[in-house]
Amino acid sequence: MASLLGRFCRKLVVPGSAHGSRMISTTACDSEAVKSLNLYSAINQALHIALETDPRSYVFGEDVGFGGVFRCTTGLAERFGKNRVFNTPLCEQGIVGFGIGLAAMGNRAVVEIQFADYIYPAFDQVKRVFPTLEFDFSTAEFLIRGFNSQIVNEAAKFRYRSGNQFNCGGLTIRAPYGAVGHGGHYHSQSPEAFFCHVPGIKVVIPRSPREAKGLLLSSIRDPNPVVFFEPKWLYRQAVEEVPEHDYMIPLSQAEVIREGNDITLVGWGAQLTVMEQACLDAEKEGISCELIDLKTLLPWDKETVEASVKKTGRLLISHEAPVTGGFGAEISATILERCFLKLEAPVSRVCGLDTPFPLVFEPFYMPTKNKILDAIKSTVNY
Amino acid sequence: MALSRLSSRSNIISRPLSAAFRRSISTDTTPITIETSLPFTAHLCDPPSRSVESSTQELLSFFRTMALMRRMEIAADSLYKAKLIRGFCHLYDGQEAVAIGMEAAITKKDAIITAYRDHCIFLGRGGSLYEVFAELMGRQDGCSRGKGGSMHFYKKDSSFYGGHGIVGAQVPLGCGIAFAQKYSKEEAVTFAMYGDGAANQGQLFEALNISALWDLPSILVCENNHYGMGTAEWRAAKSPSYYKRGDYVPGLKVDGMDAFAVKQACKFAKEHALKNGPIILEMDTYRYHGHSMSDPGSTYRTRDEISGVRQERDPIERIKKLVLSHDLATEKELKDMEKEIRKEVDDAIAKAKDCPMPEPSELFTNVYVKGFGTESFGADRKEVKAALP
Repeated sequence: MASLLGRFCRKLVVPGSAHGSRMISTTACDSEAVKSLNLYSAINQALHIALETDPRSYVFGEDVGFGGVFRCTTGLAERFGKNRVFNTPLCEQGIVGFGIGLAAMGNRAVVEIQFADYIYPAFDQVKRVFPTLEFDFSTAEFLIRGFNSQIVNEAAKFRYRSGNQFNCGGLTIRAPYGAVGHGGHYHSQSPEAFFCHVPGIKVVIPRSPREAKGLLLSSIRDPNPVVFFEPKWLYRQAVEEVPEHDYMIPLSQAEVIREGNDITLVGWGAQLTVMEQACLDAEKEGISCELIDLKTLLPWDKETVEASVKKTGRLLISHEAPVTGGFGAEISATILERCFLKLEAPVSRVCGLDTPFPLVFEPFYMPTKNKILDAIKSTVNY
Repeated sequence: MALSRLSSRSNIISRPLSAAFRRSISTDTTPITIETSLPFTAHLCDPPSRSVESSTQELLSFFRTMALMRRMEIAADSLYKAKLIRGFCHLYDGQEAVAIGMEAAITKKDAIITAYRDHCIFLGRGGSLYEVFAELMGRQDGCSRGKGGSMHFYKKDSSFYGGHGIVGAQVPLGCGIAFAQKYSKEEAVTFAMYGDGAANQGQLFEALNISALWDLPSILVCENNHYGMGTAEWRAAKSPSYYKRGDYVPGLKVDGMDAFAVKQACKFAKEHALKNGPIILEMDTYRYHGHSMSDPGSTYRTRDEISGVRQERDPIERIKKLVLSHDLATEKELKDMEKEIRKEVDDAIAKAKDCPMPEPSELFTNVYVKGFGTESFGADRKEVKAALP
């Protein structure tokens, strides 16, 4: 698994590889210094650069001072001081609201929610305002706590309802999300779909260390509030050559990471590694798969996906979140509108089941490689 | 029991005369009065007396149950390290006095709701060791059918409402249960337990306001073990006097390592809540393990601190000293009891290991009462509805 991951990540660095993957044009050219980093180190680097380049940026959240539960914020407090990198008490709603206020005053706040499962209390706040505050929410689960009042009602709508007098574009909320093998109900959730339903905020999900650093820097500097989900499973598992300098990867631009002709696969985050494996297996059976990393879910790059589906005629979407109401539904509906006559088969969604995230049943719940492979084959043979 | 004790005693001559007429452990209900180690500190109420009514039976049962709880948690530690328990495991050792003292003061009609550090509370509510270990290992005979895990233990017939993973979320729930109790005129109360980390959650204050407004019989119990995961209380709270946080709601600060102090406080709180509405209890306690099994527990506190508490304030040691000073058992008997307990725990683990995992179809049960929540994707890519029983 780790070696496949390594291959998956390294593939992006080598130009003109046999699999036809494309180099990211915005990242370093070969002469720039690169370092082998895992996901949390890449994010750490991005945070260091963000704080360095903008003296009015702050990082705070639960336990970030000592480095955070996933080590994403190590060294920040020591380097930038306790006034810019600080711990907050255990109150997601308060944290996000606080960050929104800070951003409304023109600062960049990077807020951490410890697990995305905890974001829901802050949800309301996120919806309200979401300036350029970067909240470092450690887990997407905890983000759900912030979800309830702050993010949706405060962050997302501040600019709109004040007629552009105020905004919280400087707000970025970071949260680890996703299954990790043993997380159970409240340390494995993928709440991205809830946030994608909120106009006014952006939702960004990186797939690898190199992507994460560039996307996080873009998110922090984007003049809109951003919810940045980090696949916690990849924090240590994914290792990649990451350029050491300051670079940004543009938001709302999807990337075709593997070219093919028979079917388009769309995913984001950690799920891409699983889809990659399915693509390799499908290739052995003569099915050529095109794999797209959406990167930004809201607003998402419809054009790239549309162009790909017009070429292949088939679409498969895969995500860990439950299938009903998941973001795959939005992609499916949009592509159907745009490419109806070009489709050879119904859009397939291979996602988590419609149950609470289970404990012992996690392997059954997850959209695994075999489920994706089965779906690829039945779509192609429709 | 008495006979074996008489025969095993080696220094019967040196023992005081009264001890020779000591009755057997299991049936003795001689009342004993025990002084709590510290006085209670009160906020907006008169603290209860330091003299606690107890009996020899209760004293010994405290020892036994707390030793059982301690052994259970340590066994859970080893099981986790052996990867038989996966996911999260938050251990309660050090805090046993809170669970046991509370149980002694209340009935099974009174409700308890707590956060994720719930193994011992479950045991106190009448749960069996087998159910605990089966649930921890995700087996079908667990108290939540293997679907909840360490953080989600429940026991409906003893009014134990769990077992909650999201910090602080259980407190408004507890106040809701109290409302239901008041509504049904049950003369019962609800103990909503939470930690010092959760004490900073906004929803607690919302729940307190509502409880005070409507005079609900809810008792908010802050198990202050001084660390919210790795954050010390003084770094998270402007006012670490959690018993005063209720402002207009009375509060009591209790030495949470003294089971009798806890019992007295809970008895007092129950009487208060039934007459006057909510009250906050702050239990000054300590956990020896880290926050969970992934936390060594020593990066944010010194080993000296941990061993200091273990030496000075360990709840089981305190009870043991009381048992010995009241001559209710000898050292050897207590050691034998501990051996028995160890065996009991080992047997329960062995039985739990043999228990099968839940059926795969259980993945879809109890999402709704009936019907939905069962879609999955088969090879034909069409949605498949699993047949629900």
